[in-house]
Amino acid sequence: MDRRTIIQFEKVNKWYGTFHALQDIDLTVKRGERIVICGPSGSGKSTLIRCINGLEEYQKGRIVVDDVEITSNRKQLHVIRQEIGMVFQQFNLFPHMTVLENCTFAPIWVKKISKSAAAELAMRYLERVRIPEQSHKYPSQLSGGQQQRVAIARSLCMSPKVMLFDEPTSALDPEMIKEVLETIVDLANEGMTMLCVTHEMGFAREVANRIVFLDRGQIVDMNVPLEFFNNPTNERTRVFLQQILR
Amino acid sequence: MKGFDFAGFLSYFGNGFLWKGLLVTLWLTAIPMVLGLVLGTFIALMRMSKSRALENLALFYIWIFRGTPLLIQLVIVFTGLPQLGIRFGVVTSALLTLTLNETAYLSEIIRSGFMGVPAGQREAAISLGCPPWLVIWKVLLPQAFRLMIPPLGNSVNGLLKATSITSVISMEELMRRSQMLMQEKFDVLEVFSCAAVLYLMMTTVWGLIQRQLEIHFHCESVPVTEA
Repeated sequence: MDRRTIIQFEKVNKWYGTFHALQDIDLTVKRGERIVICGPSGSGKSTLIRCINGLEEYQKGRIVVDDVEITSNRKQLHVIRQEIGMVFQQFNLFPHMTVLENCTFAPIWVKKISKSAAAELAMRYLERVRIPEQSHKYPSQLSGGQQQRVAIARSLCMSPKVMLFDEPTSALDPEMIKEVLETIVDLANEGMTMLCVTHEMGFAREVANRIVFLDRGQIVDMNVPLEFFNNPTNERTRVFLQQILR
Repeated sequence: MKGFDFAGFLSYFGNGFLWKGLLVTLWLTAIPMVLGLVLGTFIALMRMSKSRALENLALFYIWIFRGTPLLIQLVIVFTGLPQLGIRFGVVTSALLTLTLNETAYLSEIIRSGFMGVPAGQREAAISLGCPPWLVIWKVLLPQAFRLMIPPLGNSVNGLLKATSITSVISMEELMRRSQMLMQEKFDVLEVFSCAAVLYLMMTTVWGLIQRQLEIHFHCESVPVTEA
């Protein structure tokens, strides 16, 4: 495998019962690349990125992340997951922990770093997502946009090599989408490798190196944003773009 | 007609013999409850595990102990097992049976608590690289516990009264001691009325404690705020 490659999908297939959710997915992501995954609902976008950190199992093919094959081997999975940050649509902050505790939890218990070092690290990332002043509040006391920024900070505290975003703005009120996207753009500008499932096409145009278009479990189109939006060659891409870009 | 001897009824409240029985009832409730919570957690985890064998074993356990009367279980352990050469004393039999019986009920309460925690919580924790024990102990259990408190309170109340059944194997708790007192003067109504009031006192105090626990752990509020 090329040293610059961080994620490699080789003919990955996944079924939910008889439903063929992912079909012969081939995808290579290089370090520092920013990939946006889009497609109609039910096309397998979330399933695809959830396979990368083993939240979903696949039945055929191979996924390799940073030279480690994603298998059902639990020990191996738990090590590689520390290098893969994941941000969810529903934030999934721990409601019984403060913002600071959410951020220091995994560094303290998984990476075994000291409490004070973890707190320092957490404050640094909370400053980066611009909410250090909320550190002692509980998630329920924050707005959706703030919660999602905390979720991003929580992932960054594990110093991941890759960040996965699963529709990070889909559960947000419109006025909060911008603050979250700006945070992700900042991260992109710092060179973080990321895969993002999103319907925010303005964001895709701005940050993506490549756009992957998924339909019925297949990658039907993959291109740089300029070509993808301006000269879509694929018929299904064209129909999809017409539907979402009124 | 004998009538109700009110003074006699009141006099039983000063009876040390009964109060000692009440004390026995208290620890006969507390010990199986605590042991049941520990064992019940294991049974609940078995029931939720991916292994079919463990799941079936847990199901079998729950099926047996929830499906048969406590009274029969007690009689089998104390009076029946000696036939096979397995002998337990009165106290051991009472504690053992109450624990095994309560475990079956508690495991279902614990399981429903875990199921009440949104799946995203587990996913977020394992995505951070947390091993399973850490996910269960630090992320799921604290949230599940909050959901479990109201039904657990009911269990304590139920168990407190169910301990009276151990009187049939001559366990000297409140019920048994009331029967023994009754034998002296045949004040059936007076003695058992007193015992009933004492049970009512215990369940009332427990009700107050439970209320405080629910306030402390914010059981009324929605446990997890989803967007």
